[in-house]
Amino acid sequence: MTVGNVFFAVASVVALLGAFMTIASQSPVRSAVGLLITIVGIAALFLMLNAQFLAAIQLIVYAGAVVVLFVFVIMLLGPDAGDGEGTVARARVARYGAGAFFALLAAAAAHLVTRAPDAVFTPFGAVDPEHGSVEAIGRLLFGSDVVPFELATALLIVAVVGAIAVARGKPHVRRQSKSASPTARMFHGPLMARDAQRPLPTKAEKAAKAAGGA
Amino acid sequence: MSSLGYVIEQYIMLSGALFTLGCIGFLVRRNVLVQLMSIELMLNSVNLTLVAYNRMHTGDLNGQVFAFFIIAVAAAEVAVGLAIVLAFYRLKSSVQSDEADQLRH
Repeated sequence: MTVGNVFFAVASVVALLGAFMTIASQSPVRSAVGLLITIVGIAALFLMLNAQFLAAIQLIVYAGAVVVLFVFVIMLLGPDAGDGEGTVARARVARYGAGAFFALLAAAAAHLVTRAPDAVFTPFGAVDPEHGSVEAIGRLLFGSDVVPFELATALLIVAVVGAIAVARGKPHVRRQSKSASPTARMFHGPLMARDAQRPLPTKAEKAAKAAGGA
Repeated sequence: MSSLGYVIEQYIMLSGALFTLGCIGFLVRRNVLVQLMSIELMLNSVNLTLVAYNRMHTGDLNGQVFAFFIIAVAAAEVAVGLAIVLAFYRLKSSVQSDEADQLRH
């Protein structure tokens, strides 16, 4: 048992336990913490796989931004963020049946990988220590992959603008009362309460008055 | 088991287990927040697969760069998804996904 063996075992067990905690806990805050644990475990596995840059990015983006965003939304929703007690759960059989089906598929796939008669486990070969370093990935991102990199920035801008637009909803429209609007006062009903019983003169009356005055 | 952690199949199995857990969480849970977290689990397991295969084929770094872009897209997806959750909560005062039934009636 070398250090790498123990490191892999611990990181994979941590990732699996975190994933289980994410999907099984009743409180969404515990689910978020489970997601955080999984992300840290996967970042550790990235270190095992010579992906230092991705391990750092994983911690910064997921643990630093995504999980915090989840926790913010959970805080914003308050107690309503939990599982709705008292509401009717629809399609219970379909949901659990689909989950069991996918678990069965995964078990079958695992069986195929491990129990195949000609299973050959291929160990990793030697690797350049610079493989996956910040410098190596940076050379690619600002070299041959610069176009997708810039497109990713555009995607992030659009996502931020869209998230703000969707989360803010419709701007609040103030409903004005009838008398508060000058237009309504001018065209919809009498200005003073004492005029309420006196109808406005019709066109014929106005014409007669004008003719009489002249 | 001195090869523990230095064989690609172990990473693929672990990634498959994580993906299955995320898939089951997405299907079984009704809470939209937990469903989004399950999607994140699945994306993470795919990233693990990409990086593991890139460790096997060390000729280039395309697997890791692809995982980097997946992380960027996942961050954008979470931002928009949580905004939609907030809009949904404003509409229904609930975050249970089976409350989103306006097209049924």
